[in-house]
Amino acid sequence: MADWISSIQSKFILNFIEDDRWRYLLDGLVVTLELTFGALVIGIAIGIIVSIIRTTHDKTIETMRPGPGRFFLILLNAVCKIYVTVIRGIPVVVQLLIAYFIIFASSTNSLLVGTLAFGINSGAYVAEIFRGGIMSIDAGQMEAGRSLGFNYVQTMRYIIIPQAFKVVLPTLLNEFIALMKETAVVGYIALKDLTKGADIIRGRTFSPFMPLFAAALIYLVLVMFFSWLVGKLERRLRTSDH
Amino acid sequence: MTINRSSSDVIIKVTGLQKHFKGGGIKALDGIDAEIRRGEVVVIIGPSGSGKSTFLRCLNLLELPTGGTIEFEGVDITDPKTDINRHRQKMGMVFQHFNLFPHMTVLRNMTIAPMTLLKKSKAEAEEKAMALLKRVGLEDRHGAYPSQLSGGQKQRIAIVRALCMDPEVMLFDEPTSALDPEMVGEVLDVMKQLAHDGMTMAVVTHEMGFAREVGSRVIFMDNGQIIEENTPDMIFSNPQSERLKNFLAKVL
Ligand SMILES: Nc1ncnc2c1ncn2[C@@H]1O[C@H](COP(=O)(O)OP(=O)(O)OP(=O)(O)O)[C@@H](O)[C@H]1O
Ligand SMILES: [Mg+2]
Repeated sequence: MADWISSIQSKFILNFIEDDRWRYLLDGLVVTLELTFGALVIGIAIGIIVSIIRTTHDKTIETMRPGPGRFFLILLNAVCKIYVTVIRGIPVVVQLLIAYFIIFASSTNSLLVGTLAFGINSGAYVAEIFRGGIMSIDAGQMEAGRSLGFNYVQTMRYIIIPQAFKVVLPTLLNEFIALMKETAVVGYIALKDLTKGADIIRGRTFSPFMPLFAAALIYLVLVMFFSWLVGKLERRLRTSDH
Repeated sequence: MTINRSSSDVIIKVTGLQKHFKGGGIKALDGIDAEIRRGEVVVIIGPSGSGKSTFLRCLNLLELPTGGTIEFEGVDITDPKTDINRHRQKMGMVFQHFNLFPHMTVLRNMTIAPMTLLKKSKAEAEEKAMALLKRVGLEDRHGAYPSQLSGGQKQRIAIVRALCMDPEVMLFDEPTSALDPEMVGEVLDVMKQLAHDGMTMAVVTHEMGFAREVGSRVIFMDNGQIIEENTPDMIFSNPQSERLKNFLAKVL
């Protein structure tokens, strides 16, 4: 019994205390969170733009007068559709490698490249989430806004988007949780995130159990925390209609 | 843009208005000629699918006509070059399903358009909104959200929300049809008061009592056309066409 405890103790010291190896986990966690938040911000920005183009096209193209504006909208919509289809049809690791070794090959900042790659990837999913949200808003809201004299953009901005955002908020947070787990593959482009940090410790100590389970535990706790937050938010949104 | 000064009391002039859906398959409006003069209450009646809503929604271009013209205060608003958003500020609309903005308080529902579009100060917009709320007996509900209101309250708010823009004309599309019977009266009362105050109104409704009592003119539509147009008295007591007689037999 005492043997067992002292063996755990020495493994713990070896993996985390010696040479300050815990820093690999902490620094890795910071990278994971930076990457996730950064990618989410980019993803939301892309998602809003793409979803607005897509819904504007779908709702107005039939009644739009012919002209350059109409042509431009059709073109933009096609670009957005291709973007969503391509991004969602390719594994994120492959996209990450393409971004790092081909598109941004000249960049030495892997955190930036990783954030961009995941942001562009996430944008396609966020766009579909937002699109669903915008489509779920009753058509009467747009009509009420337009009848007061708001133009299309103003109606989207003051009336449709705020409501759509509330509808999609829980889904968006779930996307964020999924994104955090997906970033675990950034080790492929030499980024030392939480997963890579644990793996580095494993390589140094030749003792896989503790570092890998430590990383697993940290992911799990984070995911559980954010899921709890989503649940709380969903209950709040359900009890109040506003 | 042509200004027609000879008929300045005509606020809306509709000429040969057509609205075809599905590439001409459905003729929702099939050649409508009509005028609405300042201070008039024009009530539009007719069977379901006759084109009443489409007609009303064409007046502020919520539906884009496929033919004909609509002049509002002498300006042809069907001309693609006119800025329809500016004209819509002068045409309030009230919908069957209220369409209040659920994410805003009653007061915000009423002030967002004047503040954003007319550049009114918050104080100015709120003062007007509160005065209007008082007129419909809802000043104590200014902080409520639409989900906390009854149907009748929602519709009264929707009416005063439109009034906050100081419109020249108010369009109503079956404003009481989605209400429980006991709430119809409170909304009709607000509309009667509005008519009494001289507001120009175009009202699509099945409330024949309202048409008789406050209507200056009644338009009977069927199959996308105006079949008969007359004073309420003449429409109800002396209908000319078979279709109107049939319709009245069913609804009265
Ligand atoms: N968006 C649309 N697409 C295709 N057809 C339409 C559309 N809107 C209306 N219609 C058709 O146009 C005709 C007139 O419809 P409208 O809604 O104006 O009738 P209404 O007189 O208001 O009827 P109700 O009393 O039922 O409201 C109907 O045949 C309807 O089916
Ligand atoms: Mg109708």
